[in-house]
Amino acid sequence: MSGETHEGVHRHPAPTGFIRKYIFSLDHKVIGIQYIILALAAVLVGMTMSLLMRLKLSWPDHGWSLLGALFPGGAPNGVMNPEFYLSLVTMHGTIMVFFVLTTAPQGGFGNYFLPIQIGAEDMAFPLLNMMSFWVTLVGFVVILAAIFFSGAESTVGPIGGWTGYAPLSALGAIAGPGQGMGMNLWIISIAIFCVGSLLGALNFITTLLNMRTKGMSLMRMPLTCWAWFTTAVLALLSFPVLLGGGILLLLDRVAGTSFFIPGGLYVSGVLSGSTANFPLHTGGSPILWQHLFWFFGHPEVYIAILPGMGATSHILATFARKPVFGYRAMVFAIFAIGLLGFFVWGHHMFISGMSPYSAIAFSVLTLSIGVPSAVKTFNWLGTLWGGRIRFTCAMLFALGFVSLFVAGGISGLILGQSSLDLAMHDTYIVPAHFHLVMGVASIFGMFAALYFWFPKMFGRYMNETIGKFHFWVTFIGVYCIFVPMHVMGLVGMPRRYSQFTEYEFLHGLHPLVLFVSISAIITITVQLVFYFNVIWSIFKGAKAPDNAWDATTLEWNTASPPPHDNFAGILPTVYHGPYEFAVPGAPNDFVMQTDAAVEVPSGNGHNGHKH
Amino acid sequence: MATMVTSTRTVTAKTTGSGPKRPGPNGNGRNGHSHFEPDANANRYRVGMWVALASISMLFTALSSAYIVRAGSSNDWVSIAMPKVLLLSTALILVSSVTLEVSRRNLKSAAFSGYGRWLLITMFLGLGFLASQLLAWKQLARQGVYLVSNPHSSFFYLLTAVHAVHLICGLLALIFLWVRSRFKKELKVTPRGQAVADAVTIYWHFMDALWIYLFLLLFLWR
Amino acid sequence: MGRVLAVIIWILTALSVLLFVSKKWWFPASISEHGPALDRQFMITLVIVGISFTAAQVGLGWVVWKYRDTGKPGDRGLYTHGSNKLEMVWTVITAVVFITLGVMGQSVWASLRLNDVPPGSYSVEVVAQQFQWNFHYPGKDGVFGRTDPKLIDDGALNFIGLDASDPNAKDDSVTAALAVPVNRPVELRLRSKDVIHNFWVPPLRFKQDLVPGMEIKVHFTPTKVGRYELACAELCGQLHFKMKSYMLVLPDDELNALKVLSQEQFQARMGELIAKYPVISN
Repeated sequence: MSGETHEGVHRHPAPTGFIRKYIFSLDHKVIGIQYIILALAAVLVGMTMSLLMRLKLSWPDHGWSLLGALFPGGAPNGVMNPEFYLSLVTMHGTIMVFFVLTTAPQGGFGNYFLPIQIGAEDMAFPLLNMMSFWVTLVGFVVILAAIFFSGAESTVGPIGGWTGYAPLSALGAIAGPGQGMGMNLWIISIAIFCVGSLLGALNFITTLLNMRTKGMSLMRMPLTCWAWFTTAVLALLSFPVLLGGGILLLLDRVAGTSFFIPGGLYVSGVLSGSTANFPLHTGGSPILWQHLFWFFGHPEVYIAILPGMGATSHILATFARKPVFGYRAMVFAIFAIGLLGFFVWGHHMFISGMSPYSAIAFSVLTLSIGVPSAVKTFNWLGTLWGGRIRFTCAMLFALGFVSLFVAGGISGLILGQSSLDLAMHDTYIVPAHFHLVMGVASIFGMFAALYFWFPKMFGRYMNETIGKFHFWVTFIGVYCIFVPMHVMGLVGMPRRYSQFTEYEFLHGLHPLVLFVSISAIITITVQLVFYFNVIWSIFKGAKAPDNAWDATTLEWNTASPPPHDNFAGILPTVYHGPYEFAVPGAPNDFVMQTDAAVEVPSGNGHNGHKH
Repeated sequence: MATMVTSTRTVTAKTTGSGPKRPGPNGNGRNGHSHFEPDANANRYRVGMWVALASISMLFTALSSAYIVRAGSSNDWVSIAMPKVLLLSTALILVSSVTLEVSRRNLKSAAFSGYGRWLLITMFLGLGFLASQLLAWKQLARQGVYLVSNPHSSFFYLLTAVHAVHLICGLLALIFLWVRSRFKKELKVTPRGQAVADAVTIYWHFMDALWIYLFLLLFLWR
Repeated sequence: MGRVLAVIIWILTALSVLLFVSKKWWFPASISEHGPALDRQFMITLVIVGISFTAAQVGLGWVVWKYRDTGKPGDRGLYTHGSNKLEMVWTVITAVVFITLGVMGQSVWASLRLNDVPPGSYSVEVVAQQFQWNFHYPGKDGVFGRTDPKLIDDGALNFIGLDASDPNAKDDSVTAALAVPVNRPVELRLRSKDVIHNFWVPPLRFKQDLVPGMEIKVHFTPTKVGRYELACAELCGQLHFKMKSYMLVLPDDELNALKVLSQEQFQARMGELIAKYPVISN
């Protein structure tokens, strides 16, 4: 019996000193936590902004004294200006999509756990990894700066929505408040973020392809790894397009080019080319911006949700004590979602003025992307069926993910049809849809991941009682917030209105608007309980064993938290697939991937086969 | 503490129903060496470079499609005349690819002085390329053609600038390689060293091919 | 915990479905020729969406209820990696349903967007700006007078740059509200002076972006007389929420009478008509 142990040779010892250990660290685990902290800070900013938005929509003429004190320009006597509201909309969207949904799921949990789950000691390029975080952080500082550079315009940032359509975003200050320096900083922040993201994506892909340990074939990887890999590919190929578009937009704004600005414009009483304030532009195409933005923007939303899907599959199997149902189908579904995600961007542009023929193509492709999503849902239910479900907080949030992903995804069937979009475009059914999938399901994926991996990262469990309270209020709360928005859309309520007082057809919706706001206030407030739980549990949480959940994948084989090189010098060898639970005849109801002694029926995680 | 990392060599054939071939005793994973060892997983530098190039390609794809769409979106397109010095640019960068390839092969056969010498030549050719680009800009400016003069000129300045930025990164990498080759204590070809040199060379060849593509796009595509 | 979760999921599902089924907040009655077909497609989609949503949530609740761990020692879950056959079946069924829905969902779009404007349509030029609507009517001669951005002067109320020296412009009118005939195809020629706006009349079941630098021609046929609110549906700046106007769908006699009026008379008459017809908002 030849033993195959692997002695790792450390090229360098673990870092010492506070700065090298916790600030400028090359360790993927520290960098992962840094990303998570960034996301936790960003989401606080984003939630505060959405709270202010709900206050304005519900009580548009009410003066909020604290607001009036902080922002006398944007909210004189505490009553928000329309431009103040719209800058909240823009900053909320930008901060949430980029600095929360594109950081924590991938840069946070992916960075921490991808190397460990594939049996590597770190990412392929630790220095690049550190740079990707710090570049992202600089991007966050720049977007926050946009808040402070907008005081003169009585906004808290640029106005344009997170989508920044040209020519409004390209014309500069002449197009109104929120089009000045804040918009420049917005573009620069996003460009910086693109670079940080690309550095990260490069690392993820190379690491997964190159650094898997012995026995860790691709089809033995946990579904989390597949999700992180596909997400990284999407980021790698879509962020450069946003960067390109951003460069063109910035040039239009500051250099006087005409990529997106057509000729013959008359803005705020000034004809294009007639004054120094408004240089001559000719021939640019506003729709070009939309194409570039959405070619990035659509894969971006899959970047936001795929890691959550991976985590959900992983956590559902762990706490249902059953293998993932249809592992191979799940991998294909992740690929299909990723691939199709590149071909549907035009569904954001049905009524943009682009060719109606292309609209038809985009529409049919969009409906077909529902198929792999549905397949994943069926497989999640299949994973639970026949299980022995343990309702830990991580599991509750994973189950919540399934419920909310269905609720949110299903309205895609409406919005994806060009005929129906004739009526539904830019109404409240759109934020209903994307908040449920991105702003809620994706966040639930992150909550599930945090409750699940907390004991590995900190050696202690999060408090389950507080966590369950957090789950119930949040789960019910998000349904109350976002389901009513669907019917608001049916009535025809337009997006990005700072108040609904001007139209008779909207007056009947006021009770719903209030209901949504009150639900939002409660739900947002309860998130503070979650923050308390995180901080308290780091110091006072119940101590957790190395394998906190009787789970199977490689991270549960090492200490909590793992040592600097993840495996204390002995790299694991993998013998089984990632979800060998309830194996007949095995001593426990789980078989770890490294457990050589136990045999599992054929397949070792290679595909789904009949039993 | 890690459990059970020693393996039994064979797994007995206890199958229920059909299934794929059993993995061999080493499984199907690729590696297993500590990558804190400098030469372990040296291939990651090459793989990483190809991945990076995919990303850079997407940036130029985006700008190219903007170029094509903008050309068709209005009737204000005026083609600028090609500054003749760009032919020199092309020659310089083509030769630089050859010299860098020579350098790389020198490293492979441990001819260290040749490695360093051809690196230096490539660096100067690269600098020459950048100088010729600046000259082209100057030629246009003298004719009164600037960034905002017309869409074609806008894209000309933009595309050459973005290419130049990437080329400068490549130049910095060459400088890094050259400095390292001069001050290394022992002259030995390590797998990691070769992989890094290979990766930089791939990048440089890509910059060359990218230039040819941009040149054709700007002055041949109608 | 599993039972509680199942029940809460089912209650949330029931309430969500009830919100839709009750139609307490619903589409306004449709006033366009394509409206009923669109509404039909919407209802088919909504039924499929509702069934899928309910089935998934009920299924989720059922599995967490039935398969909760009851703590029996030695009790294990079912060991299965899945079923290729099942994957094929549900993938095919889903694909057929979704893609059929997708194909069906193109017909109203195609009827409106892939066909040219029908001959004999009533044409109006729409010029949007921050933050008002300008509607340009060709007048008795049916020919739109020439416009030029260089002639625009908001201060002098020449919002669309109408060229006074063009004989065709003499009988044109430009107002802030839209008047169209009932039961006749209407062509809108959509333009914008500054940024992207969007023409949106909810009962019409129709919206379209107005893009600077482009003239976009669209058509629809209104089928019910009345005054309907017109809202901008693409973020255009701080007063986006107030960029309001009305679409007046008029019987032929009133519309024909409008055509021959001069600019001042036209505007005054529009004011009277707006007062005459109350807003129909649902």
